[in-house]
Amino acid sequence: MRRFTWFNATALTFGFAFLYLPMLILITYSFNESRLVTVWAGFSTKWYGVLLHDKAFLSAAWITLKVAVMSSTFAAILGTMAAYALVRGGRFRGRTLFSGMIYAPLVMPDVITGLSLLLLFIAIGMDRGVTTIVLAHTTFSMCFVSVVVSSRLATFDQSLEEAALDLGCTPFDAFRSVTLPIIAPAVISGWLLAFTLSLDDLVISSFTTGPSSTTLPIKIYSAVRLGVSPEINALSSIMILIVTVGVIAASLVSKRSIALQKADEQKALQQ
Amino acid sequence: MNDNNGNTDFAPWEDPAEKPLIEFRNVTKRFGDFTAIDDLSINIYDKEFYALLGPSGCGKTTLMRMLAGFETPTEGQILLDGQDMAAVPPNKRPTNMMFQSYALFPHLSVAENIAFGLKRSDMPKSEIAGRVDEMLRLTRLEQFGKRKPHQISGGQRQRVALARSLAKAPKLLLLDEPLGALDKKLRQDTQFELMDIQEKTGTTFVIVTHDQEEAMTVASRIAVMDAGRIIQVATPDRLYENPNSVYVADFIGEINLIEGKAEPLGDKLTEIHWAEGEAPIIGTAPADLAKGTACHFAIRPEKVAISSERPETHANAVQGQVHDIAYLGNISTYHVKLKNGQIIKAQAANNRRLSRRNFTWEDPVWLSWTDTAGVILTQ
Ligand SMILES: Nc1ncnc2c1ncn2[C@@H]1O[C@H](COP(=O)(O)OP(=O)(O)O)[C@@H](O)[C@H]1O
Ligand SMILES: [Mg+2]
Repeated sequence: MRRFTWFNATALTFGFAFLYLPMLILITYSFNESRLVTVWAGFSTKWYGVLLHDKAFLSAAWITLKVAVMSSTFAAILGTMAAYALVRGGRFRGRTLFSGMIYAPLVMPDVITGLSLLLLFIAIGMDRGVTTIVLAHTTFSMCFVSVVVSSRLATFDQSLEEAALDLGCTPFDAFRSVTLPIIAPAVISGWLLAFTLSLDDLVISSFTTGPSSTTLPIKIYSAVRLGVSPEINALSSIMILIVTVGVIAASLVSKRSIALQKADEQKALQQ
Repeated sequence: MNDNNGNTDFAPWEDPAEKPLIEFRNVTKRFGDFTAIDDLSINIYDKEFYALLGPSGCGKTTLMRMLAGFETPTEGQILLDGQDMAAVPPNKRPTNMMFQSYALFPHLSVAENIAFGLKRSDMPKSEIAGRVDEMLRLTRLEQFGKRKPHQISGGQRQRVALARSLAKAPKLLLLDEPLGALDKKLRQDTQFELMDIQEKTGTTFVIVTHDQEEAMTVASRIAVMDAGRIIQVATPDRLYENPNSVYVADFIGEINLIEGKAEPLGDKLTEIHWAEGEAPIIGTAPADLAKGTACHFAIRPEKVAISSERPETHANAVQGQVHDIAYLGNISTYHVKLKNGQIIKAQAANNRRLSRRNFTWEDPVWLSWTDTAGVILTQ
């Protein structure tokens, strides 16, 4: 039974306030006229303008985007391959160990991952920069992709692949023309997950970054240490907007495809 | 073949000069220490409609999957057209399979599903569309080419799966319980459709089923399997009339089994002593049996006559009492209890109206049959 009670209403209000009040305050102050963050001095969009002309922020944003796109793409490819091998590889010795090892980075503290990667890059004499950040982000986000994709593969009817082989596909062709198109939604959501993880990663990036490759989270963090500025608020508001739009779009797309499928099946049944 | 009127029955397995299309030579398949297929040898000939019949778990799908190349035999050889298939991967075999779950590609339309194999064959691009249309026509799916698999009904899906597996004109088509998901009426229609298509295309079909009626309807020969072994391979009528074992007799249709000890009378006529104080049953054994051999006398219900007086003509007659009557419309099955408590089923056609039926519950009756009506089984 769903009933409106005062208790429900209160719980809901507190819950949402807890989640969204900080963001609301941040967005509000990004439109503050005054340079002083905590003193309201009227509405203004000037900080957004300032942001657009700040070379350092723009270059950090560009690097962040580049890193996120590259690392999430690599993570999607590697994570899908790992998931495929683990789900389809049959029962080989040590399979449990392997699947455990794939998922371990999920719970590994970022500091440890970052530190160990830093040590690796030093050991092999690799100059730190965009490349090392991309490698590091790929490493930690591919296991998230792998989790998403392998849960899709577990419910995937294997006879589809066999049918493809039976009809003349090589194993690779079968994967490319049957498996991949069918699991594509899972790969895409894995990619999105890796993308957002890379966008807001601070810890691992700081360990593996070089002098000319400051990402946005690093930039924001170091700026905030000198004091919160309305400029930062504006930047953060933009990020909140992007994420919100992305999440809503993704859920609308998936809802729509489910609804379409249901309608189709209904139609087929009525014939 | 040795026919000269060109019209003899199709029976290549009786011609020793005929080369089988498929040959299983002592094939064994183990999964770990479980033996799914046990030292099995069979021959399947060109243009046959060969049915594998057996209870669930007896290894039918495994046999099929070895033919398609998804499983490799642990021991033994599988030959196709005389060539050992061990090293040939599934995509290089001249076989196609219709999967139990249909395995239609959900992201492709019906026409694209059918074209899938053709695009990967050496058929020129210009001919593919024509072949797809031909297949759509053959399976009466002309209006559905553009639909996705989830936009058509179960029966239509099953026909898409068939069309897709036939499109490449394989030498051998494997059908794994193709009609399992259909309701009875649709299933019977489709069985005849399958036979029709098999005749039109001249493809060799191997069909897996656990439904004996289906196997009897479609197949040129049936292989009855149990626990990874072939028990008997024969044409449907021979399987029904001359089962080689109690297992086959019991699996195919209804049968009465009477246990006893054999006593040969010579010339294959054999007496079976089956109960104290009853006259022995006289039957024909496939070979002369030693005296005292334990055996079963097996007889189909429709070969047992039921009457109120002892009939003079039949070699065998026993007395009993009507225990139960199953009225099936065109026929009735009488369950008659013999003096030793055994129930024997006798079937009679209902030529007269029900109100004038001869027998009713508790009536004393005679059951009778000739000395060639049943078979004596020692396995
Ligand atoms: N890949 C496998 N691994 C282990 N056991 C299997 C495998 N495939 C089939 N089996 C076993 O082999 C037996 C025969 O299976 P199957 O050929 O599918 O039977 P059917 O098709 O006659 O129902 C079953 O007991 C099944 O559990
Ligand atoms: Mg099966």
